[in-house]
Amino acid sequence: MIELIAYLFLGVGGACALIGAMGILRFPDVYNRLHANTVVVVGGVIMTLFGVSILYGLSMYSLKALLIALFLFITNPVGAHAIARAAHKSGVKLWPRSVVDKLEEEEKQ
Amino acid sequence: MILVGILILLIGAGLLCSVRGVLGPTAPDRVVAFDAITSLIVAVLVILGVVYEASFYIDVALVYAMLSFLGTLAIAKYLEGRRVGD
Repeated sequence: MIELIAYLFLGVGGACALIGAMGILRFPDVYNRLHANTVVVVGGVIMTLFGVSILYGLSMYSLKALLIALFLFITNPVGAHAIARAAHKSGVKLWPRSVVDKLEEEEKQ
Repeated sequence: MILVGILILLIGAGLLCSVRGVLGPTAPDRVVAFDAITSLIVAVLVILGVVYEASFYIDVALVYAMLSFLGTLAIAKYLEGRRVGD
């Protein structure tokens, strides 16, 4: 039963990683690609780490896996925010069909 | 056997991301692809540790996650001061 749940987590993780990678390949501009990057990290990598830690039960290996999952969960939004801010500041254009850009409106005032 | 299948899925995802890293029209696109690839490498290392039953892989993964975060922040800080054409 425990192994079944662990393999379920691992399968969802692998599928999310593949879907997110397709998103990184196919989305039109850098801000949309950041969204797909979050799918890869949170949906793919953290699900996989949860699956491994469930598979091993309570041990040093699973504790370290959970520590890596917590670290990625904290640092991924920080990195994504830094990249988006740097891209906007260095003048990367939005996709032409994007609807709103609040940061540019804020800077114009 | 299932773990090897998951490993193949993760490596395939990394290859798709590396295609975007080669094509990416601007520098932030490449940074996004690089960030995804490093996170996928962390998961691959953890699963390799399970497959080979060696516990040092996860220590490597821990240090690799921290260093990739620092690298992403450093590149973002570097890109912030430049215009897109430079």
